[in-house]
Amino acid sequence: MSGRWTWFNVTSVVLGFAFLYIPIILLVIYSFNESRLVTVWAGFSTRWYVEMFNNQGLMDAAWVTIRVALMSATIATVLGTLAALALVRYTRFTGRTLFTGMVYAPLVMPEVITGLSLLLLFVSINMDRGFWTVTLAHITFSLCFVAVVVQSRLVSFDMSLEEAAQDLGCTPFEAFWKVTLPVIFPAVISGWMLAFTLSLDDLVIASFTSGPGATTLPMKIYSQVRLGVTPEINAVCTILIGLVAIGVITATLVTKQRAVADARARQADPA
Amino acid sequence: MKSLGNVRRSFTPWADGSAKPYIAFENVTKRFGDFTAVDNLTMHVYEREFFSLLGPSGCGKTTLLRMLAGFEEPTSGDIFLDGQPLKGVPPHKRPVNMMFQSYALFPHLTVADNIAFGLKQEGMEKGAVAERVDQMLKLVKLEQFAKRKPHQLSGGQRQRVALARSVAKRPKLLLLDEPLGALDKKLREETQFELMDLQEQLGLTFMIVTHDQEEAMTMSDRIAVMDAGIVVQTGTPGEIYEAPNTRYVADFIGNVNMFEGRITAIENGLAEMDATDGFGIRAIAQEGFKAGQHAWFAIRPEKVDVTRDKPDQDRNAVQGEVWDIAYLGGLTVFNVRLDSGAVIKATVLNSERAVEDPIGYEERVWLSFDPDCGILLER
Repeated sequence: MSGRWTWFNVTSVVLGFAFLYIPIILLVIYSFNESRLVTVWAGFSTRWYVEMFNNQGLMDAAWVTIRVALMSATIATVLGTLAALALVRYTRFTGRTLFTGMVYAPLVMPEVITGLSLLLLFVSINMDRGFWTVTLAHITFSLCFVAVVVQSRLVSFDMSLEEAAQDLGCTPFEAFWKVTLPVIFPAVISGWMLAFTLSLDDLVIASFTSGPGATTLPMKIYSQVRLGVTPEINAVCTILIGLVAIGVITATLVTKQRAVADARARQADPA
Repeated sequence: MKSLGNVRRSFTPWADGSAKPYIAFENVTKRFGDFTAVDNLTMHVYEREFFSLLGPSGCGKTTLLRMLAGFEEPTSGDIFLDGQPLKGVPPHKRPVNMMFQSYALFPHLTVADNIAFGLKQEGMEKGAVAERVDQMLKLVKLEQFAKRKPHQLSGGQRQRVALARSVAKRPKLLLLDEPLGALDKKLREETQFELMDLQEQLGLTFMIVTHDQEEAMTMSDRIAVMDAGIVVQTGTPGEIYEAPNTRYVADFIGNVNMFEGRITAIENGLAEMDATDGFGIRAIAQEGFKAGQHAWFAIRPEKVDVTRDKPDQDRNAVQGEVWDIAYLGGLTVFNVRLDSGAVIKATVLNSERAVEDPIGYEERVWLSFDPDCGILLER
């Protein structure tokens, strides 16, 4: 592979990035629009950000979303990690293939079906729909994503590390807590972040399983857009984009810094 | 007194009938499903011994080690450590530490924290931990690497950290699973001597698993040669090399020439054997050999003489053609093809720099040896 720029790959890069980012850039620009009309530019203003913060409905929805996401991501991470451990460690139990398949099924299940079946469940056990039903539903579908992420890390985990810990005086639980968990922790964290984002992002399942008083932000945005897009929505989206960007950039910087530190340590090596 | 192998030993607890074994395997069997990894094995190891388990992969040597560490329980039989039965004692309660083949260093901890891990687990007080860690770092010459993470070290350095970690708790018994397998030849040789010094210095009992016969020969007080779950022979390196009890052991350790034949007579402790390669062999007859029986005669290449002229003896002499010559610097190896088609190895020590008219390819030569240079084997 040559590293040269040719007209072909310049064009494809430009087109690709344009395709990805022009809609987002437009959205960000129009969030600073003075005009109430989304498509007409009337000068720079931050009034829609102020309006957004004064819109109690929108703020409530955001708060619900964040609570649901934090709660469901955390519980899904615990359960997903346990499922991954069971799948990787206990290779000899009967029905393992079935269990594996069942853990992964929600990955490919259409969301409409997951949402509908959960709704039927909640109705049949007569559970009041609201914050907890949305949270439960999000745990259900994000658990398998966590399991996949953690499992892929566990497969390459050297079991003799745990044995070494036991050899040095740890009970099996201590060995897991002091050695295995710290080693697989990056995977657990990425599992959590994935579950968190999935929950933030979800519209379909939340629509099925939510009830009065537990409207999530995507539901709120969707219902407002049906009445016509207001620049407030643009402002909300811009803030979300900003948060995501900060998250990604921080993660990249941390990884890079670690790589640089490693490289320095190796170079300083006398041998 | 003559001793097998060119080493005089002062440490021979196994020869002392009153000595109590430190580790005792009594009729230990271990099965994994249908596979028998260890088969009714009885073996004794003594305190301060450097003991090697040697064998090809899958012979059960690692399983033995893992049973001592507590990662596997015997299917039947008992293991005793210093007189105490180990049955049902979990790994974290055994006074035994193990150095793993993969080193199993904790990647999220620094070198110092890796070494301190077992000490902290023991509840040792902070100052004492720091002191012991410094001492260990000094012992393995890694003082300046205390703050490094394992992935920032070279293979040899990792091996030292693993060693330091496994001896930090001052276990009475250290188990080493192929400890030098991942090192290159030069580093391996250096480390072998370091391990021996360390064992001497700390007064530990070492039990080491290896498939490298040279490594076992260099370091061990005694070696147990294993095959398919059983110990074929236990002995000092000299005994194993000079007096193997089976063809398997003779073949596994070093190079050997093997002649098959029938013993025709036994007189004055010497056996006369007709080799199928068409010459007569006279060898020392150990107890149990009878005239008329089938046997093998094993002789090491360095004990075979190569000459142009016919030696002054009827037996233990055979003619052949030089097939290959390998000059190894210190030694020269001759592969000589007998008229029967068998190829015999003979090594000659190059004690002089220049040789007048050396033996060349395709030359007819005589191979000969003394009656006490080889050994008769029954199987």
